[in-house]
Amino acid sequence: MTVTPPTVAAEEPRRELRRFRSIKGRETWAGLGMIAPAGILLVLFLIIPVVLAFTLSFTNARLISPNPPRFVGMDNFVRAFTADPLFVQSVGNTAVFALVVVPVQAALGLLLAVLVNRRMRGVTAFRVIFFIPVVTSIVVVSILWKFMYQQDGLINSMIDALTFGLWSGADWLNDPQTALGAIIFMSIWQAVGFHMIIWLSGLQTIPEELYEAARMDGASPWRQFTNVTWPGLRPTMVFVLVTITIAALGLFVQVDVMTQGGPQGSTSTIVFHAVRKGYEQQEIGYAAAISLIFFVAVLIIALIQRRLTREKD
Amino acid sequence: MRTRTPILVSAGLVTAIALTGCGQAGQGDDTTADGRTQLTMWTHSAGNPAELEVYEQIISDFNDSQDEYEVVHESFPQGAYNDAIVAAAASGDLPCLLDLDGPIMPNWAWAGYLQPLELPTELTDSLLPTAVGVWEDEIYSAGYWDAALAIFARESVLEGNGIRIPTMEEPWTADEFRAALATLKDAGYETPIDIGAEDTGEWWPYAYSPFLQSFGGDLIDRSTMLTADGALNGPEAVAWGEWFAGLFADGYADNSGTVGNQEFVDDEVALSYTGVWNAVAALDAVGDDLLILPPPDLGNGPKIGGGSWQWGISSECNDADGARQYLEFSFQDEYITEFADKQVVIPATEAAAQASEYFGDDGALRPFVEFSQEYAVLRPETPAYAVISATFETAAKDIMSGADVQETLDRAVSDIDANIASNDGYGFQ
Repeated sequence: MTVTPPTVAAEEPRRELRRFRSIKGRETWAGLGMIAPAGILLVLFLIIPVVLAFTLSFTNARLISPNPPRFVGMDNFVRAFTADPLFVQSVGNTAVFALVVVPVQAALGLLLAVLVNRRMRGVTAFRVIFFIPVVTSIVVVSILWKFMYQQDGLINSMIDALTFGLWSGADWLNDPQTALGAIIFMSIWQAVGFHMIIWLSGLQTIPEELYEAARMDGASPWRQFTNVTWPGLRPTMVFVLVTITIAALGLFVQVDVMTQGGPQGSTSTIVFHAVRKGYEQQEIGYAAAISLIFFVAVLIIALIQRRLTREKD
Repeated sequence: MRTRTPILVSAGLVTAIALTGCGQAGQGDDTTADGRTQLTMWTHSAGNPAELEVYEQIISDFNDSQDEYEVVHESFPQGAYNDAIVAAAASGDLPCLLDLDGPIMPNWAWAGYLQPLELPTELTDSLLPTAVGVWEDEIYSAGYWDAALAIFARESVLEGNGIRIPTMEEPWTADEFRAALATLKDAGYETPIDIGAEDTGEWWPYAYSPFLQSFGGDLIDRSTMLTADGALNGPEAVAWGEWFAGLFADGYADNSGTVGNQEFVDDEVALSYTGVWNAVAALDAVGDDLLILPPPDLGNGPKIGGGSWQWGISSECNDADGARQYLEFSFQDEYITEFADKQVVIPATEAAAQASEYFGDDGALRPFVEFSQEYAVLRPETPAYAVISATFETAAKDIMSGADVQETLDRAVSDIDANIASNDGYGFQ
């Protein structure tokens, strides 16, 4: 870029003004050009679909149909809450899943992170072991666990051996009492490594001097944790909480691979129900309404979390 | 710079628009360099070399046989195939020729994806009735084969346990079937019969709704096609549900293990309710000891599912005459025989059956042809079938895991009826 010498500017103030404007104009254009790729993709794959889903949710649009979609007002939303017991059940299942997974996974992740943050031999090996399930495709993990959960699968054989045949285990995925629990257990195991890594990165930002000072004050390891580690982990905690909550509410793949929402709807989730209604049963309008309800629910939960975890000072 | 950035922006926009529209390219019915009209063709056979081999043979024979058309084919894996068709239809991009699973045909015909087949009637009349797809009195699809289910058993095992070997004249009754399972369980088979319940999707209605029909129920009231009430939740259907749940509750069948017929081959189960496609492998493993038995008569005679993959011409095909010529050419008995023997499916014409290694009068797999002729029930020919199929699968799985039968079936009926109503009866009112 060229800088106009001030002498010229003094002689021709109007030209200087125009030039100033054009520099501003250029920056605007350059800026627009730079956000264009991301902007276009966002519009195409985020904003347009959201607007479409919003519009579709007030119609009876079908995936395949020669009949044109009709505006049906709030019918889809009323139907979801009053005439679709499986939807209500799915909301309940999703809530239970999130309520168990969020605290347990976060706490376990932190525990593992504290354990592998020690200076000891083979710590890298442990980190790798805990992280392997995260990088394995969730579809593969689900198929493997489906086999392990079978009546005569690995888990029941193990229970059988450990209890010397006193207790032979349940048919985990085919019993409405245990199916959701089995999926919760597997999901926590699968993703805990990811959150361990996040916690670990948080742990390593806490300066060593603080621990030194605490030790000189004679603080026990537990006091060190509550007064040094935990306060230092606050931003990490917020991030972990938000990511786990969003991931938990979006539960889909495990259900799709392992149980298809069964037995008796005990593992159906909101996202799974929306996909099933939209694609399998071709009711795109109704599925869009379910997605919209889901969107609003996630938004509300995220806002509440933000409020609860905001910096008070 | 002032002029360049807007160009960049518009270039980005153009690229984005081109990306969204790129599905359009390459599917038109173009002409080749030597002036032949190209007919595009999609199959669901990727991953099935035996089937693809025959298709490639037919296509190359057809392309060599005349100089007006050239068939160009593309194969998709079965799991992604229906989605590909629906997506192609949504973007106006359907191939000229496409294969489709029999029960989905009315849905696609109703949606306007397909045009009437209009093959010569002597050709369609020569095919097994279950290999021809009819919707609103028009033929929209036709296939080279049908599949059939049967119960596989070892003669030595049945005789050794004093179980009567059923025939088509005298199939097992419901009581006899149950007694046979109990005997086999006592004989040491942990689960005496493998009915394939570990499988998912279309297998469920295909394999288990015939039991329902044998009890006297059905998936939908076929006289109106407007409601499932009475058919899917009447006393016959409830009897079916309790019978079906009992198979699992009493430990006669389970839903673990592998999809396919391996448990029977390994003699882990005494009976296997499975399809003709597994028959040659079973024959190789068991030899002369293999019995191919009719399913039990649960009150209204034995029933099995009918209707397999068939061919249709899309409504977007701009040279339907060429597509018809190709299909007519492909329905030669020699090709049908080849499909039958390579894929182990029932040939759609009697002549092809007689020429086949397995399905002729003396063929080892002849019983399947007779079962298909005597017992086959088509899945309801209505566009609602996509929903009926998914709803039935869910309901049957719930029943398997011990849900209340009447309640589950009532819920399935209300789901199906709500769907039919919201589609204005799918053209049946």
